Amino acid sequence: MDFGFTDEQNAIKETAREMLAKRSPLSAVREAAESRTYPDALWSEIRDLGWPGIAIDEAHGGQGLGLVELVILAEELGYACAPTPFLSNAIAGLMIDSAASDAQRDRWLPGIASGEGRGSIAGTGDEPGLVPDAEGAAVIGLDPMTEPRLVEGSAAKIEPVELIDATREYARVSAAAGEPLDGDVARGLQVGAVALSAELVGLAQRAMNLAVDYAKERQQFGRPIGAYQAVSHRCAGMLYDTEEARSLTYYAAWCAGAEPQSLPLAAHMAKARASDAAWRVTNDALQVLGGIGFTWEHDLHFLLKRAKVGSELLGDARMHREQVASLAGLA
Amino acid sequence: MDLTLTQAEEAFRDQVRSWLGENNPGPEPEGEEAKFLFRRDWQQKMHEAGWAGISWPKEYGGRGASLIEQAIFSEEMARQKAPAPANVLGLVMGGPVVIAHGTEDQKERFLEPILSAAEIWCQGFSEPESGSDLASLKTKAVRENGSWRVSGQKVWTTYAHEAKWCMLLARTDTDAPKHKGLTYFICDMEQDGVEVRPLRQITGEAEFNEIFFEGAHVEDENLVGGEGNGWMVAITTLMHERAGLGAASAISVRRDLDELIEVINERGLGEDPVIRQRIAELKIGVEALRLGSLRALTQQMKVGIPGPEGSIAKWEWAMLNQKLTELAADVLGPEALRPGTEWSYRLLRSRANSIEGGTTDVMKNIVAERVLGLPRLR
Repeated sequence: MDFGFTDEQNAIKETAREMLAKRSPLSAVREAAESRTYPDALWSEIRDLGWPGIAIDEAHGGQGLGLVELVILAEELGYACAPTPFLSNAIAGLMIDSAASDAQRDRWLPGIASGEGRGSIAGTGDEPGLVPDAEGAAVIGLDPMTEPRLVEGSAAKIEPVELIDATREYARVSAAAGEPLDGDVARGLQVGAVALSAELVGLAQRAMNLAVDYAKERQQFGRPIGAYQAVSHRCAGMLYDTEEARSLTYYAAWCAGAEPQSLPLAAHMAKARASDAAWRVTNDALQVLGGIGFTWEHDLHFLLKRAKVGSELLGDARMHREQVASLAGLA
Repeated sequence: MDLTLTQAEEAFRDQVRSWLGENNPGPEPEGEEAKFLFRRDWQQKMHEAGWAGISWPKEYGGRGASLIEQAIFSEEMARQKAPAPANVLGLVMGGPVVIAHGTEDQKERFLEPILSAAEIWCQGFSEPESGSDLASLKTKAVRENGSWRVSGQKVWTTYAHEAKWCMLLARTDTDAPKHKGLTYFICDMEQDGVEVRPLRQITGEAEFNEIFFEGAHVEDENLVGGEGNGWMVAITTLMHERAGLGAASAISVRRDLDELIEVINERGLGEDPVIRQRIAELKIGVEALRLGSLRALTQQMKVGIPGPEGSIAKWEWAMLNQKLTELAADVLGPEALRPGTEWSYRLLRSRANSIEGGTTDVMKNIVAERVLGLPRLR
């Protein structure tokens, strides 16, 4: 038994951390958010590294690795709050891989793996037609909970929607018809939720780091504020929340490949806790930062806003807890 | 990342499972003394089969089990509701300290009777004025004619009334800085200078005691780890205490949770949306505790010593137990409020979980200082 990453997985993590620190610092995130556009160079570099196809099989042009590797990347991209369509495309790949016919897989997975023909899936929350990164997507999955189907991006009606999270593009999408998704859509949603949980863990980790660094430097009453227990205990709570969400997320990712019968419960647990943790931790970070954390000038709000939207996408904490309750054997 | 057990680990689990299946003595009897004797018999049985002190090296009568095997063993114990051995403190703390810091003579003298429960150990650390700030303790040991004379008071001492030996932390140098003037002794409880008084708890029972030392004697040969090194020696035992929790505590909370789910279903409350959310929250917390412990275990195997991650597990476990018993009280209503009922006992007993073995507040300090690197106020 080993609950750590392999050398190869650690290498993926380090490469991602280094590349994103260089190519997508928070100053670049700010620029992208303020102009509500994605930097093309970042997405092409991500494509060159083969990330979009990390969990797609080699026959369809991917790297043939698993959800654990995808989760590593999603966490790092969350940590960077990177403005790219990586996650929505990856989640589309997971859904098509789980729920589509062979013909549909042959048609869409290669484009998703290379990033040339991106995909995206509608959220399952209160606003059913809400789709991240719909503009420019080759294929869009709609109504996963009610009438799951794939539509061509060019055949869909796409109206951009601005959400508080300006680091990602959102749209309301509608389309009359489409090809039905007949396979295991529930699994597609579960693995998608795990990938999103990983991004939320990364966001929480970054917010915690910002807060902890600040608590070490900021002086009041002649001491760093992190020496006061009101502050240090809040920071300890941030670690607790982040680590719980991380354990649950890694475990769920591992289940997807190694212990499929445990995936549903693990995935619902991960998304429930990651949704709560990301919001709580970014909030706590704001409190530690005080007034500066409430200013537009500080970068924290980009993390906080993406955390809030992410916690609602693919089912909020309450919805996932409801699933957990059912699986826990409550009559 | 691979969370499946290896073939060898699986074989070990099967071995534990079948031995426990055949030998588990079942539920404990009522009454403190009966319970103690029951646990002592159980430990003797475990020892005869080589299951007491499984983490101890083979040369000292243990099984030399890996950390994973220890976790598997504890999980199986919890799963099969096997009682705890009588000499928990000797097995988890006293023995490991003697093995790590003791002389050959001490190992020869103390280890075997710990394993067989022939000699019970208790821990004399906390004092009325030294709780979380343990290093400020005042119990004094003064050298006198080749032995040590001890005076002072200890508190919260589990099993002091049954114990032959006390792991005693006492001040031997009043001039040194507080962490440096302490020495670790193994003190004989069966002597005139030692008086034990039970402490009645909010549950009505008395698991803990106060110990009064008035001129008690400790022979020089019962000093462990060298004069003035008591703090360092004690810290190793505290870390062992915390590393001992983790995965197994998750299994026992999960067992309680499953019991509560049954109660909820029996009462037809399973569709109540608020109860469903609270159960799910607990279920998630228990799983996070289990997984976090396994992650910490992996870390410990790679780095060698138990890390401060154990502090998160302790804090998490206390909170889960308290929330679980609160939900049970809400579900059961007045029934959980009558003294003597199982759930009223659990509701009250779990209040101590965030205090015993290091308060949650101190756990937060440890996380803040040692994991996050925040400055110390002190």
